Amino acid sequence: MTVDTAPDTQSQIHWFLIGMRGLFSLPAIILMLSFVGFAAFTAEANIPVDQVMFMTGMVWALPAKVILVGSMLSGAHVATAFIAVTLSSVRMMPMVAALIPEIRDRRTPTWLLLIISHFVAITAWVFAMEKVRDVPRYGRVAFFAGFGITLTVTNIILVGLVYGAVSSFPPIVSGCLFFLTPVYFLTSIWISARHRVIYWALGIGLALGYLFAVIAPEYDILLAGIIGGTLAWWGEKRLRQKEAGQ
Amino acid sequence: MSFDGVWPYIYIAIAGWLATDIWRWAGVIAGKRIDENYETLNWVRAVATALVAAVIAKLIFFPTGALENSPLWLRLGSILFGALCFFIGGRFRQPLGIAAAIAFLAAGLALIGL
Repeated sequence: MTVDTAPDTQSQIHWFLIGMRGLFSLPAIILMLSFVGFAAFTAEANIPVDQVMFMTGMVWALPAKVILVGSMLSGAHVATAFIAVTLSSVRMMPMVAALIPEIRDRRTPTWLLLIISHFVAITAWVFAMEKVRDVPRYGRVAFFAGFGITLTVTNIILVGLVYGAVSSFPPIVSGCLFFLTPVYFLTSIWISARHRVIYWALGIGLALGYLFAVIAPEYDILLAGIIGGTLAWWGEKRLRQKEAGQ
Repeated sequence: MSFDGVWPYIYIAIAGWLATDIWRWAGVIAGKRIDENYETLNWVRAVATALVAAVIAKLIFFPTGALENSPLWLRLGSILFGALCFFIGGRFRQPLGIAAAIAFLAAGLALIGL
C-alpha cells in the first residue's frame, strides 16, 4: 500500500485499534502511575471524586489540572483561575501545531483535527511524535485518536477507582510516583528526536526553565519555551548554514 | 470555594476545559498553515520541545508534594545516574534509565529517612 491509497473504513478501524494498544506501552503505564499520584493529591485536598474525574476528562493535561486544583483550593475567582490555567497551557499550541503536519493528510477535515486535539497532552504528544513514523499517513489520525481517547478514558476510570485507596501512601512512594514523570519525559524526548534542533531545545529549555522559575516564576514556562526554543532553532540553523557552506 | 452543586463543574469547564482547549484549537489552525514551510515547522518544534523541557526542569528543581523537602542533590543525582544507565543501556535504555533514576531516588529517600 502507498501513502495515497484511499482510506477505507476497515483500515481506519485497524489503525484505531493499533493506537488503543498503546495503552500497554511504557509511556501509558507511567502516565497512569502519575494519575494515581494525582488522585492521591486531590483526595488529600478533599476535592470530590466526581469532580476529579470530570476535570481529568475535560482538562486532560496534568500540569494544568494541578494549577486548577490549586486555584480551587485557594478559592480563586474563576477569572483568576482561567488566567493561571491558560498561561500554563499556551504550550499546547506549538505542541499541537507540530503534531498536525505529522498526522493529517490532504483529506483530513478540520473539525476532526479540532476534536482529537483535545487528547493532546505531553504524554500523548511524545508518544505520537515517536510512533507515527511507523504508521502510514492515511492511518495516523485514527492511530492517534485510538491512543489518545483510550488513554483519557482509562485515566478517568482509574482516578475514580483509586481515589478512595490512595490517600495514605507513604511519602517515599508518592515521591517516586511524582519523579517518574520528568524522568520519563526526558528519556522519551531524547529517543524520539529526529532533528539536532530537538537536543538543543531540550538542553536550553531545561536551563532556562530553571532560570526563569527563579527570576520570573509567573511566566517561566512560556518565557523558557519561546526564548529557549528560538535560541535553539537560530543556533542550529546557523550551524546548518555554515556546514552547507563548506 | 464550596464543592457542592453545579458551580464547581461550571468552574472546571471555564477555568479548566476552555482555558486549555482554546490553545489546542489554535494549534490546529496554526498547524494546518505551517505544513509546507520547513523552517517554520522547525522553529515550532524547537519551541514546543523547550516548553516541555521547562516543565521538566520545574518538576525536578521545584517539586510539590512529598518531594518538596527532599534535597536537591538527591534529585539531581537520580537524574545523572539515570542518564548514565540510559546512555550505556543499549536496547533497553529507556526502562533501564527510568528504573535506575527511581531506584537511586528511593534509596536516597530511605537513607535520609523521608
